[in-house]
Amino acid sequence: MPWHRKHLLDIESLSADEIVTVLDTARAFKAVGERAIKKVPALRGKTVVNLFVEPSTRTRISFELAEQRLSADIINFSAEASSFKKGETLKDTARNLEALNADFIIIRHSASGAPHFLARVLKGSVINAGDGAHEHPTQALLDAFTIREKKGKIEGLRVTILGDILYSRVARSDIWALTKLGAQVTLCGPSTLVPRVFEQMGCRVTYDLDEAIRDADIINLLRIQHERQRKTMFPSLGEYSSLFGLDQKRLARTKPDALIMHPGPINRGIEIDSEIADCGRSLILEQVTNGLAVRMAVLFLVNGGKGPQEVEG
Amino acid sequence: MSALLLMGGRVIDAGNRFDATADVLVKDGKIAAIGPEAGAQAPEGTERMDVKGLVVCPGLIDMHVHLREPGQAAKETIATGTAAAARGGLTSVVCMPNTAPVIDHSGGVALIQNLAAEQGLVNLFITGAITKNIAGEELAPIGSLKKAGVVAITDDGHCPQNNDLMRRALEYAKMFNLPVLDHCQDYSLVSDGVMHEGYWSTVLGLRGWPSAGEEMIVARNILLAETTGGRVHCQHLSAAGSVKLLREAKKRGVPISGEACPHHFTLTDSAVAGSDKFWSADGRNIYGFESAGAPQAAWPAYDTNFKMNPPLRSAKDRDAILGGLQDGTIEILCSDHAPHCGYEKEVEFDYAPFGITGLETELALALMQLYHTKRLGLPELIAKFTVGPAELLGLKKGTLSVGADADITVFDPEREWVFERKETASKSTNSPFYGWKMKGKAVATIVAGEKVWGNGVN
Repeated sequence: MPWHRKHLLDIESLSADEIVTVLDTARAFKAVGERAIKKVPALRGKTVVNLFVEPSTRTRISFELAEQRLSADIINFSAEASSFKKGETLKDTARNLEALNADFIIIRHSASGAPHFLARVLKGSVINAGDGAHEHPTQALLDAFTIREKKGKIEGLRVTILGDILYSRVARSDIWALTKLGAQVTLCGPSTLVPRVFEQMGCRVTYDLDEAIRDADIINLLRIQHERQRKTMFPSLGEYSSLFGLDQKRLARTKPDALIMHPGPINRGIEIDSEIADCGRSLILEQVTNGLAVRMAVLFLVNGGKGPQEVEG
Repeated sequence: MSALLLMGGRVIDAGNRFDATADVLVKDGKIAAIGPEAGAQAPEGTERMDVKGLVVCPGLIDMHVHLREPGQAAKETIATGTAAAARGGLTSVVCMPNTAPVIDHSGGVALIQNLAAEQGLVNLFITGAITKNIAGEELAPIGSLKKAGVVAITDDGHCPQNNDLMRRALEYAKMFNLPVLDHCQDYSLVSDGVMHEGYWSTVLGLRGWPSAGEEMIVARNILLAETTGGRVHCQHLSAAGSVKLLREAKKRGVPISGEACPHHFTLTDSAVAGSDKFWSADGRNIYGFESAGAPQAAWPAYDTNFKMNPPLRSAKDRDAILGGLQDGTIEILCSDHAPHCGYEKEVEFDYAPFGITGLETELALALMQLYHTKRLGLPELIAKFTVGPAELLGLKKGTLSVGADADITVFDPEREWVFERKETASKSTNSPFYGWKMKGKAVATIVAGEKVWGNGVN
């Protein structure tokens, strides 16, 4: 299905076919990234603004490199060193950037819906690089890409997402993407962080970790986000770790081919035993590699590319 | 020495249990006569207004508006706010004290009285704060405020969290026969919530404002009203549980009452996800949805004109508010008109101020959701805009008794119109209802015998 969207704001509004188009395009770009010359001219002459109002390391670096590989001109903007500190509004900041004829705005923001707001007030394309607790679409796309690459399919797989679901934009985007592609998604974690209302998004909620991971093909661990929690949602990190942390004993009870994912940054020893993060079943670093291809694909598509057949071979 | 004769309208005066086709004669700013003899008593030179097919009722009262003066004139002024009121068919409005500075002293009351006398197009009644600077810590000089002329006290926008302080406020205000209006919000439960806690807040990743945050304080107020005998009024009720608590308390004779705003009985939390989500589900229950033709209004996700406090709630809550209005549990309709500048609302949803304008749409939405849907007859609906607030606040308004102030609203319950930004009299345009097809409109607003707004009548 050819791509025709100007923005990538969320996964919720995408169809399964559109998601597959991104994944197929990303596969073509992954091949490009394995060549000696990794750069293509797809965005030559275009200007991309990386508007990171909330701090980010891996997403920002991944987008930057994707933009460079596509030959775009890049402006990096971080809230710390900007007029945000002087009280300029997001709208004014963005319009000033637009006055420089920026074609794409990659936005990371702590307020949910900020990318949607920008898409309404600006002429350029907006790509959501994570908004509050709402969505992180490119993360879900790279997760889906990684799962499909490793397992050969997504439909019919059992995927368990474990941890802080309530405040997680990754969880929401993963739930939409994976359920649209036919996976059975189970959520697990403390009841305060995994309210039953998530069942209405088409997934299963359980508070029994052993049951949640027993039949899982993929276990996706989420970081406990101290910075987003407005009050104590569980007694202590120690109790969290003892109840919901993935350790060797628990890993031994999973299917032998179950794979471990984590969007990073990881809290070693809290949601995941340090050795598991580094073991052969961990896909954590492959997720990072695939993130680059997925972000190249997204930029390529919102720039008017229709699909993988147009990626230079 | 002016006189006005309204001829042939359906006169509905809920307080006097009057509902018949009749002429109404106004002389020197007072109601002079109603009925067959009115025409005969009209002196020479009386202005005559043909109101056949229209409803003539006591001037409508909105007891919950923010006119923003003093201190926030960029959002609204007494001149623009009362002009919007006139356009909406209101002849009296009651302004809230959360201005800058807060109306917690008699000087502030006098300032508003002066502005209203100079610039007000409709009657303006004033409320004072319960606590100094609406900070919830010490009582404001309630006795002085009463002497200065306030009709009630409220910390609206804020809610006194200290239960002992609220108890003393009720006991103290009772001495002056002043009702205490409360914005019901438990801060520890609500915290930094920005929309109703439920499915849509989960999907949108916005912080939840749970129903229990309102219900907790409604329950508190019921207990304190019972303890003190003081008169408590719960403002802008939004949650099903609040209606249930209020219904049960009123049955026991507790001196408590409640009000509802059109947005809470028209919209739901799905509207924050955009018009597509709203119209495909909860919007189907709105009056007029099926009347095809022009497309329904459209808006995007995270539109900050759908952010108000308390928030839009679930369809179940909306039904409960409608049910409470229908069975008389909620006896007052109002708007919570809360103007904000465009630049204040054109920000991230989390950062936008709470509140929407409402003076120009409240009558139409009330008619659509209550009268045209056959939940209430016109007399019962009108009572909630007249007798309801007048009795609570002790206003000599809301009646067409001979000798009463000639505040009259003439409206056409069947008139279809579209709410347009360019026709707004308010200084602000933060309404979620622009582009909406409305049914029912004020065609003349008469204050003390003077027509302050007219549209299509002569």
